[in-house]
Amino acid sequence: MLLNVKHLSTHFISSKGVLKAVDDISFSINKGEILALVGESGSGKSVTALSLLRLIPNPPGKITGGEIVFENRDLLKLNPEDMRQVRGNRIAMIFQEPMTSLHPILSIEEQVMEPLIHHKGIQRTKALNACYQLLEKVHISDPPIRGKSYPHMLSGGMKQRSMIAMALSCNPSLIIADEPTTALDVTIQAQLLELLKDLTNEMGTSMLLITHDLGIVARYAHIVHVMYAGKIVEKASIETLYSYPRHPYTMALMASIPRIDQDCRKKLTPVQGNPPDLFNIPKGCAFHPRCPKKQEKCMEETPKLIPLANNHETACWIYE
Amino acid sequence: MTRHKQNNTGKFLTNDLQWKRISIVRALFKHKLSCIGLIIIMILLFMAIFSPFLAPHDPNEQNLYHVLEPPSWDHLLGTDDVGRDLLSRIIYGSRVSLSVGILSTLFSGGIGILLGLIAGYRGGIIDMIIMRITDTFMCIPGFVLLLVMAAAIGPGLLNIIIVVSVLGWTGFARITRGQVLQIRELPYIEAAAACGASGFRIMFRHLLPNSAAPLIVTASLSIGSAIMLESGAAFFGLSIQPPTPSWGKALRIGYSYLEIVPLFSIAPGLMITLAVLAFNFLGDGLRDILDPQFRGEIQRNK
Repeated sequence: MLLNVKHLSTHFISSKGVLKAVDDISFSINKGEILALVGESGSGKSVTALSLLRLIPNPPGKITGGEIVFENRDLLKLNPEDMRQVRGNRIAMIFQEPMTSLHPILSIEEQVMEPLIHHKGIQRTKALNACYQLLEKVHISDPPIRGKSYPHMLSGGMKQRSMIAMALSCNPSLIIADEPTTALDVTIQAQLLELLKDLTNEMGTSMLLITHDLGIVARYAHIVHVMYAGKIVEKASIETLYSYPRHPYTMALMASIPRIDQDCRKKLTPVQGNPPDLFNIPKGCAFHPRCPKKQEKCMEETPKLIPLANNHETACWIYE
Repeated sequence: MTRHKQNNTGKFLTNDLQWKRISIVRALFKHKLSCIGLIIIMILLFMAIFSPFLAPHDPNEQNLYHVLEPPSWDHLLGTDDVGRDLLSRIIYGSRVSLSVGILSTLFSGGIGILLGLIAGYRGGIIDMIIMRITDTFMCIPGFVLLLVMAAAIGPGLLNIIIVVSVLGWTGFARITRGQVLQIRELPYIEAAAACGASGFRIMFRHLLPNSAAPLIVTASLSIGSAIMLESGAAFFGLSIQPPTPSWGKALRIGYSYLEIVPLFSIAPGLMITLAVLAFNFLGDGLRDILDPQFRGEIQRNK
């Protein structure tokens, strides 16, 4: 097991109260596995990712509890210097906006080279060569030329490719991809994800894929965790999740996806209601105000993950 | 692809570096005001560095038979009250003004930028402490401090540099902090942290270069105001002591003979004005050039 997160909670403290962005979640990733974390905006996916790297701005944020065991070490117990050696080196991150995630006044090669020189202590000339190889690997043509360009000279797809090259540069064992393709158009999305999948496969890297695009999940992930209001409400392999969604929220999500064989005059089926205010999470199951199958118990007690068949778990009282 | 690696890597590298340097210099020359400023500054620097070769006479050689003479072929700007060649003294005087301007800006910029970076990046209590110290320093009146320093350690050039640095860093600190606060939240800074960059590295490699534009402008303007302060101090005898030639000093002595030889005070006054103006022009020009929009225009025109 590469990464084992146990009872992780990340809270933000503000004048309005305590915001439980991530509330007691546990999950694990094996070597070479692609785990997708899905959920609406504000469900705590990105905060989970940043918590893993301990990059939560503090104050106001704070990891209030849990364990993050990565390569047999608890990341929450590392000193800042050791933690820095993990970031970019063992765990790399790909951000959602390639447009703004690159340093605007350094050339691409300079940026791709940086982690190599910094973490691995490789000489500049050697790092430059390695950088060209990486750029070639992510299908950027003519690395010596493109490498000299500055981010504003490249297209969104190229920037994201450079980001991927950067993430892969130190050969990390885990890549966190936080909505890696949100800002890109559909063809480029497909190309990039295909590339990421191939490269991670080739290098045996695991990936935590954060997205709200269920299409991407179906195609690229092995295991899916659905998040709602800072909690994981359903865990399953993709085959199971797409054929037998169990949590009412997952079901509603699946129902909301437009189908290609559907009558186009028919209206889309949205998930009823609004995401909860995180300062004011409903008592009991956070989903109960929007849930079509709610019972008395849902308003009182918070459900725990209940194991079903095929490593499938869901947090809903109806399976009790 | 390998072809490029073998043949073109070196070539592209030099081309690119050349291009970068040329584009900023070219932009400076295209911008009229900054071009004028730059030329004046270069002339002044030339004067300061090569003054022994440029000055027609020894600036300290007195000749009491030729006192307060009007311009002649031997003394192009005439002579001063003890018969020294005014032109030579003005040429040598550029050394004092420029070194005060540049040195004090280096010191004040160094302190200010460092503290501003730390305040902006660390935030919280450290930020508060640094900024309150900055506020305190802003309350110190420059000329009074200068007088105190002169009384304490005697008048001299060092005083001026200390005073300008002690008072000037606040501007740098505030501007740097403001820039850092703005840039700190951008995704590429977070990305740098996610790549494992240390705080030091983030501050100096990521935050500083991206907030450099207004700092360069401030530095240029700060050189101008340091020259002014030095001249003012020299006027009151608080700066470098005679016989070392200084513009402010010449202005002060010439002022007494304004009705007999007006050039004696006009010439150094004009030099002070020119020098300050040149740095201000350069500052203005740099502000325009370092503005990304303007830079874009230049690239498009190319």
